[in-house]
Amino acid sequence: MPTHAADIPHRESGRGVVQVAVGEGRRGDAPAAPAKATAAGLNFYYGSFQALKNLDMVIREKQVTALIGPSGCGKSTFLRCFNRMHDLTPFTRYEGAITLHPDEFNLVGRDVDPIEVRMRIGLVFQKPNPFPKTIFENVAYGLRVRGMRNKALIEEEVEKALRGAAIWDEVKERLQQSGLSLSGGQQQRLCIARALATNPEMLLFDEPTSALDPIATARIEELISELRSRVTVLIVTHNMQQAARVSDYTAFMYLGEIVEFDETSRLFTNPSKKATEDYITGRYG
Amino acid sequence: MHAVTQEAVAAQLREDVNRRKILDRVFVIVGLLVLFSALLILVILFLDLVRTGAPRLNWDFVTSFASRKAERAGILAAWVGTSLIMLVTALVAMPVGVAAAIYLEEYAPKNWFTAIIEINVTNLAGVPSIIYGLLALGLFVYQFQLGQSIAAAGLTLALLILPIVIVATREAIRAVPRAIREAAYALGATRWEVTRDHVLPYSMGGVLTGMIIGLSRAIGETAPIITIGALSFIAFLPESPFRSEFPFLSFAWLRDSFTAMPIQMFNWLSRPDPDFHMNAAAAGAILLGMTLLMNAIAIYVRFRYRKKINW
Repeated sequence: MPTHAADIPHRESGRGVVQVAVGEGRRGDAPAAPAKATAAGLNFYYGSFQALKNLDMVIREKQVTALIGPSGCGKSTFLRCFNRMHDLTPFTRYEGAITLHPDEFNLVGRDVDPIEVRMRIGLVFQKPNPFPKTIFENVAYGLRVRGMRNKALIEEEVEKALRGAAIWDEVKERLQQSGLSLSGGQQQRLCIARALATNPEMLLFDEPTSALDPIATARIEELISELRSRVTVLIVTHNMQQAARVSDYTAFMYLGEIVEFDETSRLFTNPSKKATEDYITGRYG
Repeated sequence: MHAVTQEAVAAQLREDVNRRKILDRVFVIVGLLVLFSALLILVILFLDLVRTGAPRLNWDFVTSFASRKAERAGILAAWVGTSLIMLVTALVAMPVGVAAAIYLEEYAPKNWFTAIIEINVTNLAGVPSIIYGLLALGLFVYQFQLGQSIAAAGLTLALLILPIVIVATREAIRAVPRAIREAAYALGATRWEVTRDHVLPYSMGGVLTGMIIGLSRAIGETAPIITIGALSFIAFLPESPFRSEFPFLSFAWLRDSFTAMPIQMFNWLSRPDPDFHMNAAAAGAILLGMTLLMNAIAIYVRFRYRKKINW
């Protein structure tokens, strides 16, 4: 796969299993958290091209699950199935199920309204994309869509969301300024606050730090670790150290399939598949 | 030895760059020449109109009705007619054009049917205006019994600029980044909410610009309103849209007959008396001034909206 070469970070360790700091939320042998979502036999098609092949996976409640793999492996495609973003593109098709627990709600069901799905599951994009509105209105928008009109209540929820996204102190004096006046890292945290404001059951992150500098990245990673206490997180990342740092579970995907899915600590230190080991040690292709 | 060759290479390089940059400069000169000759023609035209019409360019000219005596004739009926027609045109073309553009850009599925509609909209922009006039004569004047009225003229010109408004609005809508739409959708917004809360407000600068460009095209149109029967000699104003008693607004003026600036000019020009040509020149200068003013507003609006939004 020559086109993937650029995606794989250089590693000094060459061969052998890479040393990584494992996320603080590692559970060790503790009993697994209850399932929040279960993908079963999930297929996804762009026209006649099958991008996801028969995926099975369990997302644990209030845990961080990471999706890693080379470009084009389908990890973002998989992530975007969870809030039906593909429905915005013509000629796309889902098969199988992603069941949200505890009400056994099939996110990709044929007769399920994508808007209902998106009301329950938030998404943070690769590039920060605040609306060209005020900081306050950015966060309040999801509440307004839900029909909230009580001004005091909206203000309260906005503050809560901004605190939750660790950006309140930076913006509390300038809530009426444009969201675009913030730096890239602040914009991304604003986008996280925007997604948090509606209290989603699950929060999806699509490579949230790939457009940010290392310091901004560190803050976002810290934030994702903290979010674990209130929301189930699914994150796509290009950066394996990031997956190791923030996640409890990791899935390695390749060519539209899940090659290996395990606790992050085990996947990175003792992968059971050769392909996984090759990828995480940078020996790909 | 080595240093010498290095210098020679550098000199060679510099010569090469200079030679290529000559072409660059030639293009700049040609471009400026073309640009200034076009501008110069417009400026000369405008100055000539002003010079010829100078004796008539005064307040009386603007506040007098047409007259058989050239020095007493004015453009009151013409500019009031033009303003009211533009009002109707704007009120019809704006909502219809913007709604059509939104549908085509945000809602329409991409299939052969919408492709045909799109091609037709683009082609309509190139249809000669007299054709619109004939259509309007049959449809608005006779079929809908609007008569030779301000309403008929406004509707005709609205039809004429509709393609311009649609194309400009689609361009403006398309400039809103996909990421912004996705962000709103991801929060659970419906298509209408995304359009109303995001796409339209962020593209308003472009939409208004397109509207004003359309109106400045319509303001000078002569053929279609001659076709539907504009009068060229009117000594009264349309009924006032305002009333002193409830409900304070009146729409009777919509049914009134009218004249417009280009019609008035055409009428004066077709008279043998050269004094009337002076009137025509003065009216032309004022019409051109109105068009330039509208374009200036378009530029200002675009500038203001751009300052507020930069992706």
